[in-house]
Amino acid sequence: MADKIKIASQFIQALPHARALGMELEKLEGGVATISMPYSEKLIGDPATGVVHGGAVSALMDTCCGAAVMSHPNNLAHTATIDLRIEYLRPATPGQRITTTATCYHVTRSVAFVRATASDEDDKTPVAMATGTFTVGS
Amino acid sequence: MKKRPEHVQVVKQRRDAVLRTLVEKVPYIQFLGIEFERRGDELTGILPFKDELIGNPMLPALHGGATAAFLEVTAIICLSWSFLWEDMESGALDIENLDRDHLPRLPKTIDFTVDYLRSGLPRDGYARAEITRAGRRYASVRVQAWQDNRMRPYAQATGHFVMPQRKS
Repeated sequence: MADKIKIASQFIQALPHARALGMELEKLEGGVATISMPYSEKLIGDPATGVVHGGAVSALMDTCCGAAVMSHPNNLAHTATIDLRIEYLRPATPGQRITTTATCYHVTRSVAFVRATASDEDDKTPVAMATGTFTVGS
Repeated sequence: MKKRPEHVQVVKQRRDAVLRTLVEKVPYIQFLGIEFERRGDELTGILPFKDELIGNPMLPALHGGATAAFLEVTAIICLSWSFLWEDMESGALDIENLDRDHLPRLPKTIDFTVDYLRSGLPRDGYARAEITRAGRRYASVRVQAWQDNRMRPYAQATGHFVMPQRKS
């Protein structure tokens, strides 16, 4: 299992945009993925507060949902996002790492239905929630 | 007596200075390399291609997250721009002291939904936003992004935003 994570981790690292944002794969198994992203000044969206831009959180959640779909046993090929909705519950605290967990809660022959939650280091209230649909290949 | 219209250069300088401050002060916009082109009050977002934006090296295709970010940045800048327009044109906005402490706060995203219509090709992207409703507290925005062909968008999105409150 550790090897599988290592290979998947290398795969995430091979995606230029994921690497540019510093994403790290933490868990991956049977349709569930956890990926985290460190705080960085280049990701700031509101210079007055230092809060990370929503777009960076979207990128993290999209990557995490995609990884979850790819790890699902029913999916044999690559995946692509069909649609992704994100709700921003509260601003992420500047300086803290953001961690996302995505779960495939239903997978058909052609579509994966995914939900994800993103939290900073205070995991009482999530920073963002996402719902998405992804393509499934065979 | 009717006021004479301002000189074209004065108008252009003022509008371009406000737009520049709005875009340049956000580190994430600089990180992605997004630029804005202005025609009167209409803005077009431009995302020049670079390798860092790739999400699928095999195809290759743009990362869905980069596309979502491009759409959201375009929505926020266009919304701020329309929010600032009246104050900018009337002189209520102090153009001489435009820095991060003197610009009004940015709208906050409540939710954002992206439709991925086609895979993003490894080339420049363009986006335009349409403010479907601008209320005092909430706004709804639609955004479309395209590459080679305006009639074939590669992604579209709708989002809701909380507007910054004007100082009274």
